[in-house]
Amino acid sequence: MAEASLAPIVREKGRPIRLTRNLTAKIASIPMVLTALVIFVGCTAWTVVYSFTSTRSIPRLDFVGFDQYRRLWSTNRWLVSIENLAIYGILSAIFSLLIGFVLAALLDQKIRFENTFRTILLYPFALSFIVTGLVWQWILNPDFGLQKVVRDLGWESFVFNPLNNADTVIYGVLIAGLWQGTGLIMCLMLAGLRGIDQDIWNAARVDGIPKWKTYVFVIIPMMRAVFVTTLVLIASGIIKVYDLVVAQTSGGPGIASEVPAKYVYDFMFGRTNLGQGFAASTMMLVSVLVVLIPWAYLEFGSKRRD
Amino acid sequence: MESVSIRDVSLNFGAVSVLEKLNLDVGQGEFLVLLGPSGCGKSTLLNCIAGLLDVSDGQIFIRDRNVTWEEPKDRGIGMVFQSYALYPQMTVEGNLSFGLKNQGMPRPEIKERIDRAAGILQIENLLQRKPAQLSGGQRQRVAIGRALVRDVDVFLFDEPLSNLDAKLRSELRVEIKRLHQKLTNTMIYVTHDQIEALTLADRIAVMKGGVIQQLDEPHTIYNRPRNLFVAGFIGSPAMSFLDGNVVAKGGGFAFRIGEHEVPLAGYVADGKIKATDGAIFGVRPEHVEIRHGDNDPGNNFYPGTVDLEEPMGADSLVWISFGGQTLSARVDGSKRFRPGDKVYLGFNLPMTSLFDRQTETRM
Amino acid sequence: MTLHSGLQGPTGPKPRRAISRRNIFLYGTLIVVSVYYLLPLYVMIVTSLKGMPEIRLGNIFSPPVEITFEPWVKAWSSACTGLNCDGLSRGFWNSVKILVPSVALSIAIASVNGYALANWRFRGADFFFTILIFGAFIPYQVMIYPIVILLREAGLYTDLSGLVIVHTIFGMPILTLLFRNYFTTVPEDLFKAARVDGAGFWGIYFRIMLPMSLPIFVVAVILQVTGIWNDFLFGVVYTKPENYPMTVQLNNIVNSVQGVKEYNVNMAATLLTGLVPLAIYFVSGKLFVRGIAAGAVKG
Repeated sequence: MAEASLAPIVREKGRPIRLTRNLTAKIASIPMVLTALVIFVGCTAWTVVYSFTSTRSIPRLDFVGFDQYRRLWSTNRWLVSIENLAIYGILSAIFSLLIGFVLAALLDQKIRFENTFRTILLYPFALSFIVTGLVWQWILNPDFGLQKVVRDLGWESFVFNPLNNADTVIYGVLIAGLWQGTGLIMCLMLAGLRGIDQDIWNAARVDGIPKWKTYVFVIIPMMRAVFVTTLVLIASGIIKVYDLVVAQTSGGPGIASEVPAKYVYDFMFGRTNLGQGFAASTMMLVSVLVVLIPWAYLEFGSKRRD
Repeated sequence: MESVSIRDVSLNFGAVSVLEKLNLDVGQGEFLVLLGPSGCGKSTLLNCIAGLLDVSDGQIFIRDRNVTWEEPKDRGIGMVFQSYALYPQMTVEGNLSFGLKNQGMPRPEIKERIDRAAGILQIENLLQRKPAQLSGGQRQRVAIGRALVRDVDVFLFDEPLSNLDAKLRSELRVEIKRLHQKLTNTMIYVTHDQIEALTLADRIAVMKGGVIQQLDEPHTIYNRPRNLFVAGFIGSPAMSFLDGNVVAKGGGFAFRIGEHEVPLAGYVADGKIKATDGAIFGVRPEHVEIRHGDNDPGNNFYPGTVDLEEPMGADSLVWISFGGQTLSARVDGSKRFRPGDKVYLGFNLPMTSLFDRQTETRM
Repeated sequence: MTLHSGLQGPTGPKPRRAISRRNIFLYGTLIVVSVYYLLPLYVMIVTSLKGMPEIRLGNIFSPPVEITFEPWVKAWSSACTGLNCDGLSRGFWNSVKILVPSVALSIAIASVNGYALANWRFRGADFFFTILIFGAFIPYQVMIYPIVILLREAGLYTDLSGLVIVHTIFGMPILTLLFRNYFTTVPEDLFKAARVDGAGFWGIYFRIMLPMSLPIFVVAVILQVTGIWNDFLFGVVYTKPENYPMTVQLNNIVNSVQGVKEYNVNMAATLLTGLVPLAIYFVSGKLFVRGIAAGAVKG
């Protein structure tokens, strides 16, 4: 299939026109270009623009300034969802990094059955959030789950019913989320650990540095890039938490475990208050940018400085 | 009291034997080089001395203390790694003080030690820099400094110059030699580069296959290699080897190659020479003298033909066909030899080596 | 020179006890953690094999006294969502119908994209690619409504093909990155030699790139199958009830039923939904890890 892929370079006003060069490649890349422009840029811009309108059930280009946002931030349900996201997000980040790193350090000790352990720790990642939410809903069920098991063992007054208590339900969701996501963090940390030169360990050993100190003062500082990347990943995943809540608690009890992603869906498709949905989703975008832009600047800005 | 003693040390990884019943004594203040090709076990031996690897059998003594089961930090050693392994996130000062701080040493003493080491290694102005901001040579000095501040008897070097380019390597080689002359520490140095070994060592242990082939001073290794491997490994340009027989001749022995017989009068033997059918004659290029074939120089010179000439600046290496085999001779660069020229070869017999082809050992 | 007579004193390897404090701590922790991780799976299986009376009497950790597969059968063929009582089988086949074209299309397009980016650098290519990568971080919520409008205009809203297109779009960033990184490791001399031989864009793609990229295709397939099968948001936005994928149906079966909750059926249904990606995970092992890591390490 011989093709002339280098189209003639036409000279005009002394400058060659490169439009027809690599034509096939350009045509083949049209889906990517379209996606990037129409979907990622275009649709996002559309939603943001319409968040400044009075749209309810039909999109209307009727600008009302920050009206939707004012309404959004005075809605209790939205505030609850933001608070839940903050709690879930911060705790999720801290614990999954901590647990993930510790597990990775344990697995890095040249143990036997490393593959078995790794398989066990990572399999939850293969499951849908719906599956995870449902199974943990069942485990945390007060009548049949953990609470009953411990009570049956003799501790009659044991209480462990996070999902039915408005104050603690988000922690129940956190448990399920950590169970699913920590395995991946552990894999990333393990890859980072394996990239450390063995001689660093030897040098620390000759220096007489105990292992834990080596981790804290030498290894972890060396893995700063891995931590940052992992944190960015965690952050962008947390913002999107939706399926888990829908399955595990349906946002309840009441609105106690509401999260922004669910808020958006409910208002966009449930109550058909599109304007609110647009405003809420724009807020989600803003929060992602708040994390992303400094990171991108650090990553790529410093690369240019080299 | 020896500085470091190794007694019957063996190391196996599963069924594979990496070190075989090694015995080695290193004197106080000696610079001992472990030399050999990749996989010979030299780095492994060093790691055993350091305590980073457990031996499968045998004992290790440092200053008469049995350290076979001791952790590296308790053995009284300092180590310099091939990749330097400096802690990347700490300054030079941090790198030098980390181990000492961990021991609970008081600050003034730490500072005194760092200042002293920095002075010896001339890195005083680098103390606040991080490893990434240092050149390869500077990093190496910091790595040595990390061992220096430990105030130990024995320094272990694991191919510290292998990561540097040729020019830097020769500069730092000199620095290491100067360092050894200035300090009284014992130094055990691993390398695959025979030039480093010859220039730096008080004694060289040539290793192959987990066994020490020869342990001697450099010039002995160079002039009286114990076996074929050592003879071929040391020396650049390499020694020439000629196959032939040893025959009795006129009260002594001669080496017969092709139709030529070279009397072995003047040869310095390790034991007794005997007549044998399989022998290998080894001679270094600088110990072969060649003259143009116009006038017969008489006895002790044998005819040969030039194959080709390799000019190398100050000298040239001339490849000669002799008795059906090839050997090389070093001549002054001003002399010219052309392929096909008839020449006469003479051998500096006291500097040659004769090997038994079966045992590969020197006769 | 001191003589060391015989070998007395410490000789040979340092004595290490197999049951050392370090090992107890290490393996102990890992085993405890593993139990915590395996527990939900165990609970799912055990619950799904019990009859309802046994569930009410016992607790979630006790193994079934009497093993019954009835919950499985019920979950598959007759469980009720709010709308119909067809069981999960409908959702399963919907998911399959969504999965196969989505995986095929998204990988086909992304592999060509990756190839174009790696070997045919044209002006603007990197620019669009960067947008694509940043787009992967944008919360879906901010794009889903306009897409509904677009699909409606094209007459594909609530049609399965609409969902296929959506999956292709949102799979593009990670997959393109995956393929691009892989193709850049193919020696450029191979590519140049083919160009000299006269092969063009598609020629090189089909005859050279494709045959040597089987490993990365496997990784991409694993990534996509897992992601698409487990998807919920797109399934619930872009389909109508007859076309609900398995995850949506599962949620409806468990969470929208009033009255008596049949926990065993619920767990059977949950297990059934998780079976496909789990099976792929256990079978593909290391490749799965590589795929996730590749997808997770962006930029």
